[in-house]
Amino acid sequence: MNRILVLLGILGVVAVLAPFTGPFVILLLAQILVLGIMAMSVDLLLGYTGLPSLGQAAYLGVGAYLTAILATKFGIGLGWDFWLVVVLGMLSGAATAAFFGLFAIRASGVYFLMITLALGMCVWGLAYRWNSLTGGDNGINMRGRPVFGIRLADDLTFFYVVLGFFLASFFALHLLVNSPFGKSLVGIRERELRMRILGYNTWLHKYIAFVVAGAFGGLAGVLWAHLNGIVSPSDVILTTSVDALLMVVLGGPGTLVGGLIGATAVVFLREYLATLVQWWQYVLGAVYVLTILYLPGGIMSLFKGGKA
Amino acid sequence: MDTNFWLIQTFNGVSYGALLFLLASGLTLIFGVMRIVNLSHGAYFLLGGYVALTVIKASGSWLLALPVAALVIAFLGLIIERLFLRPLGFDPLRQVLLTVGFAFLFQQAALDIWGGDNLIIQPPAALSQSVVVGKLHLPVYRIFMIALAVAIGLVLWFAMERTRIGAVVRATVDDAEMARGVGIDTSRVSMFIFALGAFLAALGGVIGGAFLGIYPGLDFEVLPIAFAVVIIGGMGSLAGAAIGSLLVGLADNFGKALFPEVAYFSLYAPMVLILAMKPTGLLGRE
Repeated sequence: MNRILVLLGILGVVAVLAPFTGPFVILLLAQILVLGIMAMSVDLLLGYTGLPSLGQAAYLGVGAYLTAILATKFGIGLGWDFWLVVVLGMLSGAATAAFFGLFAIRASGVYFLMITLALGMCVWGLAYRWNSLTGGDNGINMRGRPVFGIRLADDLTFFYVVLGFFLASFFALHLLVNSPFGKSLVGIRERELRMRILGYNTWLHKYIAFVVAGAFGGLAGVLWAHLNGIVSPSDVILTTSVDALLMVVLGGPGTLVGGLIGATAVVFLREYLATLVQWWQYVLGAVYVLTILYLPGGIMSLFKGGKA
Repeated sequence: MDTNFWLIQTFNGVSYGALLFLLASGLTLIFGVMRIVNLSHGAYFLLGGYVALTVIKASGSWLLALPVAALVIAFLGLIIERLFLRPLGFDPLRQVLLTVGFAFLFQQAALDIWGGDNLIIQPPAALSQSVVVGKLHLPVYRIFMIALAVAIGLVLWFAMERTRIGAVVRATVDDAEMARGVGIDTSRVSMFIFALGAFLAALGGVIGGAFLGIYPGLDFEVLPIAFAVVIIGGMGSLAGAAIGSLLVGLADNFGKALFPEVAYFSLYAPMVLILAMKPTGLLGRE
């Protein structure tokens, strides 16, 4: 409970201070929140269910491409129907995960890593090559953000909308992981065989977690598309999925909040430090290596009561 | 689409498969012995190419660059395994992230040392010609690639199947715990295999640098393809890596020529199916 208050406090301060910062900072904050949603979806899989997904960028990609294609080819999602696209984005992420899950949930451990990597590459391959639908390597340029009473083209307004989506996602996932269903997921993470012997359908539990994670990945994709104004295969590449995993491991798996901390660190390095110095990738690489070697429980484990 | 089209595409596919074999044979051995999803394998490929460029610049000899680059990168792999991977023990997720971290570090170092241009490794003049067979113009270089891959494949096969070291490695692949039980130093085997994998990847980088070029980002481009080969063939199996390379090389070439829109999808979808149906791959051992 304390942790939620701290999170709300920090986000509240950020929301109050945001208008006094520059446009670049607001853009970075929005990126952090969108990737934070994606990181929380990975945390549901990795931190609570024990499934390390190496392909979460696939669902971000599905949501983002759906948004871009609907907006540019059909003019859908630029007014009030933005909310329809949000729902469709989540549904498409969930549907993709529901299909992919049929293959992936059969595998475990290192094979789960490999199969999610392969599924992610399938989506990347389609995004990269299916020119008539996805614009191939160039991607799809969007023409402006939605207007419905409020103008999302204004970066600050869009930031507040993204903040709303982040909080809604956080509370939804928070309820989920603290429900009996969520407790069963943790049980599966700790000892799947015992849960199975106790009569739980562990396959179904993992499958549902996988689909829910896909839905939130899709939501992050919808917001990602509008945030950047362009969707391209580079959003769906392997490193996006790997970054999402790092965010969770760095922040602290099984905490949800950790994903946001990790997203803050990665966005800071990739988007901010990269504009300042040439050698930023040394820092990113070092963060990966040092996190694994010295911080197995993530940043959240440094605080008291860090474990969920 | 006459016979020539099919012949030349098949030839290109096979020669691309030969390059993939160099990249994937090391990866499959690493996977087989250590169960590591090694995401820095592409970086060894890339660094191999860069080191070769430096050697060629300094000595003017392409032939010298081949072994030097491979040995330098093998040594690098040795150090990484010894200092960083071994202390982790068996933890797939942390191993993945650690290897990614090193891939990023290597990428930045390569950018700082060799710059961001697309560099081509010029093979010696004797290999830059082409021969005419029937109506086909076949580049000698691609024939050389196929011959080299076959030669290395045979050496590896002989070493694995007919020597004592090979028997030790096979025992570790099949059952590491049992191997330790009969007195095999499996951590030494892991170190040796990781270095060998880096050696082969670097060799691939030098060879591939002549027609793929050497540029930042190449590491993460070839990496997933190498995994597709390893998975389709079967993790830890050299024969599997050979067949997987051939299949992926051909599928990639014909895919791009015949149905470009799904060219990459048609590489990774079989990988998914095989992982779901028979995770050990076509020729992998149970």
